Amino acid sequence: MAAVAIAAALAVPVMAVVSSFAHPAVEVWAHLWRTQLAELTLNTLALLAGVGLGTLVIGTALGWLVTGYEFPGRGVFEWALILPLAVPAYVIGFALLGLLDYAGPLQTALRRHLGPAAGLPDPRAYWGVVLVMTLVFYPYVYLLARTAFREQGAATLETARALGRSRWAAFREVSLPMARPSLVAGTSLAMMEALADFGTVATFGYRTLTEAIYRVWYGMFDRVAAAQLASLLLLFALGLLLLERALRGHARFVQSQRRGPGVQRVPLSGWRAGAAAAGCALVLSAAFIVPVGQLLLWARDAAAGWRTVVPAFGTVLGNTVLLAGATAVVACVLALTLVYASRLHPSMAVRAATRLAGMGYALPGSVIAVGVLIPVARLDHGLAAATEWLLGRPAGLILTGSAAVLVFAYTVRFLAVSLHTLEASLLKIPPSFDDAARSLGAGAGRTLARIHLPLLRGGLLTALVLVFVETVKEMPATLLLRPFGLDTLAVAVWERTAESQWLEASVPALAIVAAGLLPVFLAIRLSSRGR
Amino acid sequence: MRRTSPIRALTAAVLALPILVTWPTPPPSAQAPEVVVYSARHYGQEAAFDAFTRKTGVNVKVFSGQTGELFERLKAEAERTPADVLVTVDAGNLWNAARAGLLARIDSPELLANVPAHLRDPEQRWFGLTVRARTIVYNSTTVTPAALSTYEALGDARWKGRLCLRTSSYIYNQSMLATLIKRHGEPRAEEIVRGWVANRPILINGDAKLLESIAAGQCDVGVANHYYLARILAKNPAFPVAPFWANQATTGTHVNISGAGVTAHGKNRANAIRLVEFLSSPEAQQMFADLSFEYPANPQAAVNPLVARWGTFKQDDINVAAAGELQAAAVRLADRAGYK
Repeated sequence: MAAVAIAAALAVPVMAVVSSFAHPAVEVWAHLWRTQLAELTLNTLALLAGVGLGTLVIGTALGWLVTGYEFPGRGVFEWALILPLAVPAYVIGFALLGLLDYAGPLQTALRRHLGPAAGLPDPRAYWGVVLVMTLVFYPYVYLLARTAFREQGAATLETARALGRSRWAAFREVSLPMARPSLVAGTSLAMMEALADFGTVATFGYRTLTEAIYRVWYGMFDRVAAAQLASLLLLFALGLLLLERALRGHARFVQSQRRGPGVQRVPLSGWRAGAAAAGCALVLSAAFIVPVGQLLLWARDAAAGWRTVVPAFGTVLGNTVLLAGATAVVACVLALTLVYASRLHPSMAVRAATRLAGMGYALPGSVIAVGVLIPVARLDHGLAAATEWLLGRPAGLILTGSAAVLVFAYTVRFLAVSLHTLEASLLKIPPSFDDAARSLGAGAGRTLARIHLPLLRGGLLTALVLVFVETVKEMPATLLLRPFGLDTLAVAVWERTAESQWLEASVPALAIVAAGLLPVFLAIRLSSRGR
Repeated sequence: MRRTSPIRALTAAVLALPILVTWPTPPPSAQAPEVVVYSARHYGQEAAFDAFTRKTGVNVKVFSGQTGELFERLKAEAERTPADVLVTVDAGNLWNAARAGLLARIDSPELLANVPAHLRDPEQRWFGLTVRARTIVYNSTTVTPAALSTYEALGDARWKGRLCLRTSSYIYNQSMLATLIKRHGEPRAEEIVRGWVANRPILINGDAKLLESIAAGQCDVGVANHYYLARILAKNPAFPVAPFWANQATTGTHVNISGAGVTAHGKNRANAIRLVEFLSSPEAQQMFADLSFEYPANPQAAVNPLVARWGTFKQDDINVAAAGELQAAAVRLADRAGYK
C-alpha cells in the first residue's frame, strides 16, 4: 500500500537512529545513570509539562479572545499573533535572555533605581526556558485554535446559550470540547518542538536529554551512544502520542456543516477591552517585537552595508525559498496521502505507519540529518561502485550532498507538522460526506478533489505555511546535508553566529523572518477571504 | 487506494526539481586547479584564501559547517569526498578527525618550521594556525591582579559566589579540563574541579555574555577565550574587564588552536599542502589572526596591536593533542564532579 511505503521511506532515518542499539554503549549509559540520567529525565519531563501547559493556555486564550470578542486592535492582533512563527527560536531565546539577565537593560534599570540588591531571579533556570519556549511555540496552538473556533458555527453556540448557559459556560462546555482535536494537535506540536530543541536549552544552560545527546556526541566523540540517547527521545515522543490519543478521546468532533455566520463577536468595553488589548500586546512584544527589534538594532550597527554582509544575497534567498517551497509541497502531499489512507483504510498498520512517519519531529535536526546521511551515503557508495564497474572510470557521489536528499531530511523532520494539521482538519469532515459522495458514484479520488480539498483548504494552507516557515528557519540539517555551493539564509546566520558575530548575523536573520512573514500574511489573507 | 494522478505528477515534479536544479557538476579537471576546503571557522579566512589564489592561481572553494557535522560528512563521504583540506577549531576536533583516518600525514619542512611542536600533531596530520588563550578574566574595578594566580586557585573560598564559568558542555572548557588531567592526573584534576564547583559558579553559556556579566558585577572573575575580550575592548576601550595570564609561575596559560589538515582521500593533495603551508606563513598568519584578534601560531608573525598590549605570556606547552585524547575523560570527570 502506497501509504505504508511512504511511511517506511520516511522512517528510515529514525530506524537508523534506533539501530544504534545494535552496539549498546553500556559504559556510557552506566556513566550517565550514575551522574545525571535522573536529572536529565526529570528536567525534560518538567520542560514538556511547562511548555505544554503554557502554550495550551496562552494559545487557546488568545485564539478565543480574538475570535469571540471585539476590542481595540483585535483586527491587527488576529494575524499579528502568528508572527513569532517566522522568527527562529534561538533568536527569540537569545534576545529575551539578553533582556532579562543580570547585565541586561531590565535588571540594570532596576538596580539603578532600587539599589544593588534589586533584580529578577536568574533567567538561566526552568522559568526562563519555559517562558521563552512558550512564547516561541504558542503560535502552533493559537493558529489551530483560531481556525477551530472560527469554523465553529454560531448555531451550536447559540443553542447552548438558548439553553440557559452563560457565555463562559458555553465556551467551556461546547466550544472548547469541539476544538479539542485542534488544541491537542497544536500543543503536541509545541511539545515535540520543545523536545527536539537544542539551541534554547543550550543558551539557558538547562540540562535536558537533548542537550545530553550533543554532550555525548561532541564531547565524548561517541556518535553511537548519542544515537542511543536520541532513541530515548523517541520514547518520549511515543509517550506524547499516547497522551494525545488519550486527550483527544473517542468523541465525534464533526459538526453538521456550519450553517450561517460564524460566532458573533461580543464587544468588550472599559477595563476588559483594555486588558484584552494589553494581554495581546504583551505577548506580541515579548515574542516578536523585542527579538526583531534587537535584530534591527544589530543590523543598524552592522559593519558594512546589507549587500556586502552576505555575498550573493539574492542567490541565497532564492535557494532558501526554493528548498522551503519544495519541502512544504512534498510534506503536505505526503501527509495528505497518509492521513487520507487512515481515513479510507483505518487499519492498525496504516495508523502505526502514519505515527511512525511523524516521529522525526521529536528529534533534533542534527540527529535526523545524520540518520539520513549514513544510509544515503551507503547507498551512494554502492551506486558509485556500480557505476565505476560499468563504465570503468571513477565516479563521484550524487546523492550525498544533493538537494533532493536535503528535502527528504526536511520532510522527515517536519512531516508531523503537516500530519497534525491536516489530521485535525480532516477529522472535522463528517464521514457522511464520504458516504454521500460514494453513493453518488464518485471514487476516492473525486471525493478528495471535489469534496474534501475545498473543505480542507484552511488546514492545507496552514500546513503549507507552517512547513515552509519551519524549513526556512532550519539550520543543523541544512549545514550537514546541503549541496556544495547551495547556501541558505540559515547557513549565512550560522557562519556569523559561530563566532558570535551577532551584528553581522542579524541581516540574514532578518531575511529569515521576512521570508517567513510573507507566506504567513498570504495564508492569513487567503484564509479570511475563503469563508 | 487510488490517488488522483495530478498529485503523483506534482510530487514527482517537485522531487525532481531540486535534483535538476542542483545537479552536481563533474569533478574538476586538471585545467582548472582548485582546492576544496571544509571549514568550521568562517571568520577571517576569506582574505587569506584570496591571497593564496592571487599568489598561486589555485581557486579555493569553501564549504562551511559545524565541527561535528563536517566530521560526519567527511566520514560518510569516505574515499569519494571532494574535500581536500579540513579547517576546524579546537584541537580535540582535529585529534578526532586524525584518529578516524580522515587526515593524511604531511611531510613539509616549512610547516614543521612555522608551527611550534606543541601546536601540531606529533604525527603531522594537522597543524595549528591560530592560538586561542583561555585565561582568567576579572573585573578591573573590583579585583586586583595580585589576588589572582592559577586556574586551580579559583577554587579558593574567597571566590565563593564571585566566579563565572562557561558550562562543561563548552568544547574549550572540555579541552582545558583535558589538559588539566594530562598535567595533574585524574584524581587531582577532579579535586580542582570540585573546588570550582564548591564556589557555586554562575554558569553562562557564551563568552561574550560571561564578560558582560563580569562587567555588570554579577561576578568578579571568570575564564574566557582572550579574543572575545579583545573584540569587546576594540569597540569599547573603557570596558572594565581585563585578562590575567593564568599559571605563569607554574604550568603556563592553557591554549587551544584552530588548525588545518589535508584530507586522506582528497584529489588535490599537492595544492592542498600548498594551501596549508601558505596559511602557516607569516603573511597569511597575519590576515588570519588579525581580524579575529587571535594569536598567530607562527611565532614570526606579528600580533594584533590591541592584543600585543597585553604583553607576552608563557603558554602551557603540553601538546594540544591531549585535548582530544582526554576529552571524553574530561566530560566524565565534569559529570562526576558536578560541574554542569
